[in-house]
Order: sequence, then C-alpha cells, then structure tokens
Amino acid sequence: MTLLKITVDGVELAFGDLPVLDGVSFDVAPGEFVSILGPSGCGKSTLFGVLAGLVAPFRGRVLVDGAPAGRETFGYMPQKDLLFPWRTVLDNTTLGLEVGGMRRREARERARELFGPFGLVGFEKSRPAELSGGMRQRAALLRTVVQDREVLLLDEPFGALDSLTRTAMQEWLEDVRGRFGWTVLLITHDIREAVFLSDRVLVLSPRPAHVAREVRIDLPRPREVGVLTDPAFAAAEAELLDTLRGGTRL
Amino acid sequence: MTRADHRADHRADHRVDHRAGTEPGVTPSPALPGRTGRTDRSPARRPARGRTSLLGRVAPPVLVVLLLLVVWQWTVTALDVRPQVLPSPLRVVEQGWAFRDVLWANTVPTLQVTGVGFAVSLAVGWVLAVVVDFSPWLRRALVPLLVASQTLPIIAIAPLMIIWFGFGLLPKVLVIALVTFFPIAVGLIEGFSRADPEASNLLRSMGGGRWAEFRYVRLPGALPSFFTALRIAITYAVTGAIFAEYVGARAGLGIYMAQQKNSFRTDLVLAAVAVAALVSVALFGLTYLVERVVAPWIRRTRS
Repeated sequence: MTLLKITVDGVELAFGDLPVLDGVSFDVAPGEFVSILGPSGCGKSTLFGVLAGLVAPFRGRVLVDGAPAGRETFGYMPQKDLLFPWRTVLDNTTLGLEVGGMRRREARERARELFGPFGLVGFEKSRPAELSGGMRQRAALLRTVVQDREVLLLDEPFGALDSLTRTAMQEWLEDVRGRFGWTVLLITHDIREAVFLSDRVLVLSPRPAHVAREVRIDLPRPREVGVLTDPAFAAAEAELLDTLRGGTRL
Repeated sequence: MTRADHRADHRADHRVDHRAGTEPGVTPSPALPGRTGRTDRSPARRPARGRTSLLGRVAPPVLVVLLLLVVWQWTVTALDVRPQVLPSPLRVVEQGWAFRDVLWANTVPTLQVTGVGFAVSLAVGWVLAVVVDFSPWLRRALVPLLVASQTLPIIAIAPLMIIWFGFGLLPKVLVIALVTFFPIAVGLIEGFSRADPEASNLLRSMGGGRWAEFRYVRLPGALPSFFTALRIAITYAVTGAIFAEYVGARAGLGIYMAQQKNSFRTDLVLAAVAVAALVSVALFGLTYLVERVVAPWIRRTRS
C-alpha cells in the first residue's frame, strides 16, 4: 500500500478511573470498507467519538495522510437517526451543510441530488415520522454523506431495524457504496453484516479495547446475497465468531 | 435450550414482527400476520380521531356547563334566594346584557393590561431561560431566585405596587409579569435541557458550536414545552390582571367587580366574572392557533 489515508495510532482514553481505549491502532485505505466488531461496551462508540473529534484522546493520534485529522475528516452517523421532527426530510438532510454555513437553497439542491440513489424521492417534504425505519436510516446516512467528508463513521446504522429490512439495507449499502466509492468505518454487532460489507474486519478486545484481530475478507465485489453461501464467507464468519467468543471467555 | 428460554425467544421474534408492521414504508406482506392488521387499521383510525376531535372536544364541556346552569337556575327559583345573595344565571345574563356598554368599557383596559403584562412576561421569561441555558453559573445563581420569587404573596405585594407606582399601567404589568413569567421561564429551561445529548454530539461532529446546537436543536426542541407553559401562563395572566385591578385601578374588570360588590350587585359581579372567563378561554384557544402557525409539527408528533 503506497498511501495510507487514515492512520489511527495508539489511541488511549479513560473515563475517570475506567480505561476504555488501550492503544487502538489501525489504518484505513482510500475507498476501503472496514468494520469494527467487539463485545458490547468495549468502547467502539467511544472510538468513533475520538475520530469524530468529540472526545480528545489521552494519548495517540489520528492522522490523515500523515497530518493530524480535523473535524472535517469524518462524517459521523450516530446510532440513533436523530432526525428532527421540526424539519422536513429534505431539511434534515441539509443540516450538516447549513451548520457548515452553506446557504439553505444551495444545501437543498445538493441534498436533493442524492434523494434518487437513496430511495427517498417524493419524501422531501415529508416529516421524519412518516418514514419507515429503513428510510429513516437512509435519510440519516444521506445527511452524513452530503457533507462530503473523507471517511464515513457509521455507528450500528441498521441495529434497530427488523432483519428483513436490515438485509435489504445491507444490499443497498453495498451497491451504493460501490457506486460512490466511499471510505467507510462501520461499527456493528452483526458478524454476517461485517463480512458481507467489508474489505477488512477489526475485532476489538473487551474493555479496555485494542485491536485483537484483523480479518481480511477476500470476496469479489459487488457482492450480492449469493455470497452468503460462499465457503470463504462461512470461513470468515466462523473465524470472527471464534475470536469474539474467545474474547468474552476471557 | 430450556422451555423458558424458548418462550422468551419466541416473544422476542414476535416483537420484531410487530415493529415491522408499524413501519408504513414497508410493503405489507400478507404472509406475515400482525403486519396487515396493523397497517390496515392505523390509517382508518387516524381520520376518525380527527373527525371526533372538534365536536368531541367542544360538546362535553358545553353540556356540563349547561347542566350546572340548569341546576343553579332551578335551585335559586325553588329556594327563592334573594338576588343580592345569589342571582340566577338568567338574571346574570339579563343584567350583563343591559350593562354591556359598561362591561365592555371595563374589559378593554383589562385586555390591554393583560397584553402588555404578558408581553413583558414573555420577554423576561425568554431572556432568563436563554441566559440560564448558556451559563451554568447563572443557572445556579438565578434558578433559586426564580423559585423564591414565586413565594412572594401577591396579595401583599399588589397593594404595595399601587403605593409605589400609582394607579397606572406599571403596577398591573408588574403583577402580571410576576405571576406569569415563572411558568414560561421554567417551561423553556426544561425544554432546552431536554435536548438529546447525542444530537449535540451530531451537531459538534458537523462542526457546529454551542450557538449552532442552541439554534438547531435546543430551541426548536423546547417549543412543545414552551407552548404548554404558555397555556398555563396565559390563564394566570387574566386572573393576575383582574387581581391587580381589584386592588386599585381607574377602569377594568377587576375594579368593576370590586365596585359592584360594594353596592351588592352580585349579578353584575358574576357577569364580569363570566366575561373574564370568556377572555381566558379565548386567549387559551389563541395559543393553539399560534402553535399551529409557529410550529405545526408539534401537533403532528403529539398524535
């Protein structure tokens, strides 16, 4: 690999006496999809907080092409969709641009272009409450994507969806990510989701977290549901499950 | 797997199905029971609730009031009570109508005082709430004072206001503001702090500071509790105005009631009370109108 896009180098953090992150290090290449798996409460979301610039780490650095990362580097999509009931769907998706100082009309034009690929056409003027769970997540992702940040941080975006919708959303994300070439970091509890979507899966240890294992997923892209029955898929799944189980037994 | 585990699993599965059913965007599939049932029923139920709401909301209180008036009328006639003690409702209406010019002439100043006093109260309430929201130090300093201000006995303060500021607008405005700014300020302060901390994280990740957080999250998020507070405050405002006038004024429903009471015109006192009640109800209704114009989404999210 010639140019490393994102480097997370020995990030450490504690909340009071409680160590949460204990030297987390990894790289993310441009256009890469990396998932982060780990036992509940191991500090995955905290790691995203550090990357998004919400919490300053005690030690360690986050670098973009060798220079310290700023807030502008990461587009952060929290676990909750956080769509505001007082804004229409369109105006929810322009929030990041408006906060960034863009004129409302321009922001709306930019966001509107993405309503097609995000399957939200016709819902621009709806209120978030009128959307289904899957659509809400797509709107929240649109709000993140339209900010045009270098890396998307997706914190369990499909965690609250029913399994049918979740599968549909995973396929959709695989498709749309391939088209736009996003660089993505995804937190998930779902091993299958991680394998299906990722180039690499990082397994974090129980708290205090460090990267306990890295599994490369060498399945051809674009991936479709058929890949679920691929022996390589099953092997990766088994390996990850084994690592996670080993972690909880400790 | 034990049987209990099995049952718990089953229940969990069921819950997932259920949630899928409430999602309007998911195409209803007849294969999943519970799904069709839910989606079929909810659109039908919503307009029905809307239709009953207007008539259904107005009719019950009107009926109860009518019933009470009938009982009152009947009691007064049957027991032959002297009108100086308790006039019949018909007499109140009759005399109120006969003295409508005087009543109206006294209603206008009360409305004016209420309007000005409430405007002052709104301004004070908003400024205090915003200041307190931005400064934790001022929150600690001011909130106990706000609470303490509500322990002042208005009944003792109002006459003092007359002594200090005379019979003009100022003492009445101050009494109204003192009575009503508290619910407004508290409603707003609580509304602001009800904002989801994750929403402020989101705003910060977008590059927004404290002001952006306030403008995009805390302020709009506080509007539902603001309107609730507004409704409480507006009813206090009319009562506050009448009380302030009762203590001393040149004109107004309050001083009118005091004068009529002194000449044993119980019927006119009650007629003035009825006018005051009508004004209160009208202002209360007005808050819904304002809410619908300023923040139409509140009503939709409430239902």
